[in-house]
Amino acid sequence: MAKRVAIVGIGTTGFRATTPDVSYRELTYEAAMKAYMDAGIEPKDVDSFVSTAEDFFEGYSIADEYSPDQLGAVLKPIYTVPGDFIHSLASAYMMILSGIGPISVVQGLSKASNMLTLSEMVTFAMDPIYNRPLKESPHAVAGLEMARFMYETGTTREQIAKVVVKNKRNALTNPYAGHGVLVDIDYVLNSEIVSYPLTQMDIAPHSDGAVVAVLAEEETAKALTDKPIWIRGIGWCSDTPGLETRNWGEAIYAQIAAEMAYKMAGIRYPRKEIDFAEINDEFSYKELQHLEAMRICKKGEAGPFTAMGGTEINGEFPVNPSGGCLGVGNLFELNGGHKVLEVVRQLRGEAGKNQLKNVTTGLAQSWRGIPTTTGTVVILSN
Amino acid sequence: MRRVAIVGAGLTKFYRNVQETPKELAYEAAKMALDSCEMKLSDIDCVVNGTAPDAFDGVHMKGEYLSDGSGAYRKPYMRHYVGGGTGVLSPIHGWFHVASGMFDTCLVVAEEKMSCAYPHPAGAFLTIFDHTTEQPLYPTLIWIFAIEMNRFMTTWGYKKEDIALVAVKNKKNAIDHPSAQLPGEITVEDVLNSEIMAWPVNRLDISPTSDGAAAIVLAAEHVARRVTEKPIWIDGVGWCLDTAYWCTRDLYYPDYVEVAARMAYKMAGIKEPSKEIHVAEPYDPFTYKELHHIEGLLLAPRGKSVEMLKDGYFNRDGNLPTCPSGGALGVGNPIAATGLMKIIEIFLQLRGEAGKRQVPGKPTCGLAQAWGDLMQVGTVVVMRS
Repeated sequence: MAKRVAIVGIGTTGFRATTPDVSYRELTYEAAMKAYMDAGIEPKDVDSFVSTAEDFFEGYSIADEYSPDQLGAVLKPIYTVPGDFIHSLASAYMMILSGIGPISVVQGLSKASNMLTLSEMVTFAMDPIYNRPLKESPHAVAGLEMARFMYETGTTREQIAKVVVKNKRNALTNPYAGHGVLVDIDYVLNSEIVSYPLTQMDIAPHSDGAVVAVLAEEETAKALTDKPIWIRGIGWCSDTPGLETRNWGEAIYAQIAAEMAYKMAGIRYPRKEIDFAEINDEFSYKELQHLEAMRICKKGEAGPFTAMGGTEINGEFPVNPSGGCLGVGNLFELNGGHKVLEVVRQLRGEAGKNQLKNVTTGLAQSWRGIPTTTGTVVILSN
Repeated sequence: MRRVAIVGAGLTKFYRNVQETPKELAYEAAKMALDSCEMKLSDIDCVVNGTAPDAFDGVHMKGEYLSDGSGAYRKPYMRHYVGGGTGVLSPIHGWFHVASGMFDTCLVVAEEKMSCAYPHPAGAFLTIFDHTTEQPLYPTLIWIFAIEMNRFMTTWGYKKEDIALVAVKNKKNAIDHPSAQLPGEITVEDVLNSEIMAWPVNRLDISPTSDGAAAIVLAAEHVARRVTEKPIWIDGVGWCLDTAYWCTRDLYYPDYVEVAARMAYKMAGIKEPSKEIHVAEPYDPFTYKELHHIEGLLLAPRGKSVEMLKDGYFNRDGNLPTCPSGGALGVGNPIAATGLMKIIEIFLQLRGEAGKRQVPGKPTCGLAQAWGDLMQVGTVVVMRS
């Protein structure tokens, strides 16, 4: 790859369970203004934009209509990726390498508190002929997958509960997180069972918020900031959308996306060459499943490793020091945005009380949630 | 930046109420595109999918649903959209994938099944309007285009009977298109006598709602030269969105198309578009839109397109043939697939493989354009043989 691309500015509103005081456009506006100030640019300096939106989550058809104004992108190249924020990041990355212009902006948003019928909406994402007539709730799919994962890897219920305890505790010291709380393993295990073996505490609650990131190619990045965060590798992959055709125990999508990113970054031993990770944990077991898929842990090792404290902030390989989706909240398309934000803050040394020591390379990973098998990975270095 | 070529294309027939599922439509087009250049799915490095609102096909996260049908199983796969402009954004998004050096080949699939929105997708279109300022008025798409058409006619003194010529031309061109849904020999009177939907828009001024899919295969130069003797190069791309607050704009001229066109022309090194472009496929979901876009694309001086239309300048054997395929008015308008259909038409024209639709004079440079959202998107691709 001839040119390098860095994140030179990032802005967020923070993540709260509900935001009745602002519209979704105002959320984006706030994040965009902060990102532009962070990068020291104005919207007129930006060559291209990518927004992230999914029609039913936004409550609009062709939701891209409402993307340009609050970003300052009117009459500029902008389009919408209905995917994860990291998909959009990859898209902007490719635009810069294609010579569209040195600066590109990526936007992502969650206004989950506006969604009144979330469970029905997720069911509406299933195949209308083969899967929808089953009328399964999204949590039923997660419960089945969790059971299969535990069966295949020997992971115990207590080990998975430890993920919840850790992430919700980490979130207490993250000012951007909205769902931090101090609980113990018993509390998690004794919370209401939603779909056996999944309990209420295993499910990430929703949050609202927005993230905007400014990307620039090497020369521009060095001119703009002393702390460019380089995109070293990026990968994305879709497995199969059908419930009947997928592998229920393993996260193949995370494996393929991670290998793509590792190859690009020249990483052979991710556990050694990467210092920490922000991993999708919309459901507690997902953190462990993703760790194993991405070769950070061997199969069956993620559970014991977590139980021993290996993924704590002061552990051998910190995972979700921000609090993850469990502590910050499920942000839907923005999940990857929050992960990228946290990795950037850590690498810049701006993570406050949750700051890790001597970190130079971090991994952000996301998954598009039930019922998809689509995942994204990005590796960032300072 | 690497040079990227279109090496293969596939297009389903456009229908109303097809029996195939959206996934099957995507599969059919993708398979045809791969077969056309004798490539296999294993030769494809990544897949991009263009499809507009989820409400048409009636599936939330439509991109995810279409992924395996589009050939993306366990591949890097990304969906994108900009409303009605999606079809021409699709090759642009695929172009990034290859031009950036990330991938050597890319399968681009565009699909739309509008008949799932029952009884008519007009209901789904209500949800594109602003929930506070516009939806309470229960607007339909045709209303806002009637406003735009009226403004366009008033500004330049265009007459309805002149604009109707676009429908006559395109539906006639479509007779030679094997995918066409509504081809036919009609007259200006037929258009003027058809039902008035919202003045000045009559029924025959509007493209039909359709189901269909289209796909192309993109390849980097070193692969393209190996795959085919007739690669068609993507030499210029441009796109942009205007403000969503469309009531604040003067609708007589599509600034967004001009900005997108200038971006594409600059990249392709085109200085005088009206001379250097030999064949064009401007987006024509409504009759006046083709003229509106021809002016925005700088292919005709402002206020002169109707005169040129009447002179036969845009006919298939004219100086600058526009919509030789039959366009959205004749072939049909499955939103995202229409844009890619236009790209495929230029691909075939530049290859000299358009059969009865072939424009004379061996064209070497062509353009496809689409438009959408709240009258705010311009997407333009310039291609050369």
